Amino acid sequence: MGMTMTQKILARSAGLASVEAGQLIEGKLDLVLGNDITTPVAITEFEKAGLSSVFDRDKIAIVLDHSTPCKDIKSAQLCAACRQFAKKHAITHFYDVGRMGIEHALLPEQGLTAPGEVIIGADSHTCTYGALGAFSTGVGSTDMAAGMATGLAWFKVPSAIRVNLVGKLGRFVSGKDVILHLIGMIGVDGALYQSLEFTGEGVASLEMDDRFTICNMAIEAGAKNGIFPIDDKTLDYLKGRVDREFTTFEADPDAQYAQELTIDLSALRPTVAFPHLPSNTRTVDEAAGKPIQQVVIGSCTNGRLKDLREAADVLRGRKVADGVRCIVIPATQQIYLDAMAEDLVADFIQAGAVVSTPTCGPCLGGHMGVLSDGEWAVSTTNRNFVGRMGPTSSMIILASPAVAAASAVTGVLTDPASL
Amino acid sequence: MKIYKYGDNVDTDVIIPARYLNAPDKKSLASHCMEDIDAGFASSVEAGDIVVGGSNFGCGSSREHAPLAIKACGVKCVIAKSFARIFYRNAINIGFPILECPEAVDGISPGDQVSVDFGTGVIVNESTGARFQAAPFPEFVNGIIEHGGLLKSLKARGVAK
Repeated sequence: MGMTMTQKILARSAGLASVEAGQLIEGKLDLVLGNDITTPVAITEFEKAGLSSVFDRDKIAIVLDHSTPCKDIKSAQLCAACRQFAKKHAITHFYDVGRMGIEHALLPEQGLTAPGEVIIGADSHTCTYGALGAFSTGVGSTDMAAGMATGLAWFKVPSAIRVNLVGKLGRFVSGKDVILHLIGMIGVDGALYQSLEFTGEGVASLEMDDRFTICNMAIEAGAKNGIFPIDDKTLDYLKGRVDREFTTFEADPDAQYAQELTIDLSALRPTVAFPHLPSNTRTVDEAAGKPIQQVVIGSCTNGRLKDLREAADVLRGRKVADGVRCIVIPATQQIYLDAMAEDLVADFIQAGAVVSTPTCGPCLGGHMGVLSDGEWAVSTTNRNFVGRMGPTSSMIILASPAVAAASAVTGVLTDPASL
Repeated sequence: MKIYKYGDNVDTDVIIPARYLNAPDKKSLASHCMEDIDAGFASSVEAGDIVVGGSNFGCGSSREHAPLAIKACGVKCVIAKSFARIFYRNAINIGFPILECPEAVDGISPGDQVSVDFGTGVIVNESTGARFQAAPFPEFVNGIIEHGGLLKSLKARGVAK
């Protein structure tokens, strides 16, 4: 029986000729990731278990991105624990303030993720690297500790939903709208324990930054991973970033899928998700006009250069509305530099937005833009759960960078085409 | 023992809000457990109580702090219709029992007395007499749970040193 792209990658990692959905395997890892919230718990477990060494200091990445630059004493202590561990084990890919970025934008940018690789990360949005044809999935801190010690992780081989993309995105429609639309179709557990395998002629028109956004939110449909086929755009992206050998996989023609869906990209409208689930979607046409107090443009979902360009195109020459705070967060130092070189940072500041150093910050209600009671935000982040960005009475509308920027200008949820 | 019953999609942000992740010690996690969905939970929960959830329990963040917080409260197990996959593996990896059993979720109400046999996966509602069979864990997963968690099982196998 044929295998899906994900199954082929997992089979190779387990040293097996083939695997099938439901099978439990132990796979070899190419990279183990953690951040400043999950790594300290992994370190505690690592040390409690009396483990003495890491399996490969070049295949571990520790990125201090969630509470950094440190928001309080306790966060600073957690970062210090990560620093000590990284130093003790001479971790090659340790990213502290000054070099760090939001992990899921940073790792691909730095060439740490490549097609065919098997990557676990103690962060749910680790599924982002499927955009490069890798198998990557979020795990917990104990998995991270075990992965750091052994270079192995256990997996239940997932079945897959095949998402056939046709057509081409229209103006002001981006990868964020694709994934919100999909989550709205299948629900927050619509792909539970499964892969989302994207395919079809529509893939070619999607930029890499759109594919990263789409895979990033696969977890918001409950998926184990999201994955894209490898094409010229993938290979272009990898050029100059990844110089090690990698293997590209494609799904067998007779691969079995649990479900097949088709999305016509040309028919999509800017899509938003209302509180309190990413599946609570509507098009901006249905929902425009809701007054808001804050806009966040950034995160591992939408803090990449294309996202900032799309936001700046809307904000350029306009002003953020009175009563709205607009916070822009380039996801990495390189993206920040690129945004400065293209004068996007000037566009944001002249419009009355603030531009922050890379951080996950407000996405999880950590810092750099926490909401107050009853406030509404339009945010390009990935979750709008109760209390995610502030008190339980605060509300988040998930949206694309273009919709977020347009909403910042008017003070209400706005279709950028209407400006 | 008491039953705490919640609906679908109980996410890890309400199980342990991110504002408390800067203090990952068990006592602190337990004191804020379920705060954003059930403010009275942490002060009333006692050892041996059971949490019952709908589908997709533990969705969202990968934070292991979520099952750690519930475990640190002394909760005996979570019974749900389904679990989000990262929460599912985190619970297994830390040796915290979870049971997938939609029928039991529908057949248990707050106030019921419930007993669970982890060996067989049999859940009995002592108040109504109803008996439910949870999906059994694969042998590999049972091995992890029996050793008291992933790292202990890897050490026992000699894989981790």
